[in-house]
Amino acid sequence: MTSTVSAPALYDEPGPRTRRNIRIWSVVSALVILGVVVLALLQFASKGQLDGDRWAPFLDIAIWEYLGVGLVGTLQAAALTAVFGFVLGLLLALGRLSRIAPIRWLCTGYIEVARTIPVLLLIYLMLFGLPQLGLNFPVLWKLVIPLTIANSAAFAEIIRAGILALPRGQREAGLSLGMSHWQVDRKIVLPQAMRFVAPSLVVQLVSLLKDTSLGYIVAFTELLYRGQVLSAYNGLLIQTFVVVTAIFLVLNGSLSGLASRLQRRPGRRSLAAPTESAPAGLTTPNAPVDR
Amino acid sequence: MDFLAASAGPIAEALGTTILLAVAAGIGSIVLGTLITAARISPVPVLRWAAFGYVQFFVNVPLLVLLVLAVFALPDAGFLLPLTPTAIIVLTLYEAAYVAEAVRSGVNTVGKGEIEASRALGFTLGQTLRVLVIPQSLRAAIQPIGNVMIALTMNTALAAAVGVVELTSAANKLNLVEAQPILIFTAAGLIYMALALAIGLTAGRLEKKLRIRR
Repeated sequence: MTSTVSAPALYDEPGPRTRRNIRIWSVVSALVILGVVVLALLQFASKGQLDGDRWAPFLDIAIWEYLGVGLVGTLQAAALTAVFGFVLGLLLALGRLSRIAPIRWLCTGYIEVARTIPVLLLIYLMLFGLPQLGLNFPVLWKLVIPLTIANSAAFAEIIRAGILALPRGQREAGLSLGMSHWQVDRKIVLPQAMRFVAPSLVVQLVSLLKDTSLGYIVAFTELLYRGQVLSAYNGLLIQTFVVVTAIFLVLNGSLSGLASRLQRRPGRRSLAAPTESAPAGLTTPNAPVDR
Repeated sequence: MDFLAASAGPIAEALGTTILLAVAAGIGSIVLGTLITAARISPVPVLRWAAFGYVQFFVNVPLLVLLVLAVFALPDAGFLLPLTPTAIIVLTLYEAAYVAEAVRSGVNTVGKGEIEASRALGFTLGQTLRVLVIPQSLRAAIQPIGNVMIALTMNTALAAAVGVVELTSAANKLNLVEAQPILIFTAAGLIYMALALAIGLTAGRLEKKLRIRR
């Protein structure tokens, strides 16, 4: 996933002249990137942002404990959103594929609406709108409810894609064995569909974790909000937010790494198109689909 | 309902800001994202690593963190731009990573034989990319890019959190005065849905027109 499959097709095994050109381009692009980084660092240094005493506070364990509380809040909000979003998404996906038309319309409508409304608008509604009507939730739920509304739609679409990728014969075989639709869903369709979309589900988890930073707006104690409070206290704006960025990067980076490992997992069956068994290089469009 | 008509001016202005953010960052991210994809499939290892690192960074860091960093923290280091351009730059950099992923999915649809043919005809790598691979990849990736553009439009709302007066922010301000949350937020939601629908329909039509039939 990290290296491109198309690279080998784009160029031959490089000859001596091409190898020299590639080396030249490598050096030139490395110099340009390095130049930009150095210029940026010089600019930071000229404002004293790189001084040791502006970074030294972050060696203090107390700051990490303070940010750690925020990290716990981030994970808590993410976990709640993930559980509620996934369960609701599963029901919505099944509903959108339901044989009963009104259920299908309702779920489709919900998914399409939830996908095209900014989460922030929902958060403002929870934060400033509903209290005017006497509906006031605890601050954690002011974050988790809007995130669940948005993420359940995303989960639903991922799960639906997995269900649709499963060959029809699987369901038909189950039904012909006398299983009910619900049994077929539970025992045959969903287990396979979930395995198939596992990487996408993890990617959605990354997106959801990023969304919890909106807790900053509802003043929920999560990482970004804690960073904001901390920076207001110590005045180290750049340093604090760089540290917050780094924490998110490490956390989500490892989740993303897990997603691509799942994607590459040996023996991972591809359900729709046999892209994985296709020869290395470019896959032909409209590869024959085994249905 | 009267107050909605009375405040049509500020709302229209705020909607204009939302559209400005979406269009400027949309064009910027498509251009930047395509360049990143080109770097990612280039034979130069440094460029490939840089493009990979770029995408990984922006896919894993929350947009709001970047906005807060750019708007509140970077001025301390002398990087100071007006609010709206700052938001446009951050949105562009952020969404470019997603556009790059979308275009890369399009690269995989370019026929191997076509690329071999271009090499046989003596195209240089730059020519192959410019004439053959990138145009076809973009045409194949219209739907995914459209989805990124819809996500971008939703993400412009985050600019409200750092002080840009766009649609979400204007709706919120209006509600604080009028105390009609359901009406006002539903109206704002409908406008966002209309924007998303317009982008989706445009992408659908473009795809019908430009799709490569094989």
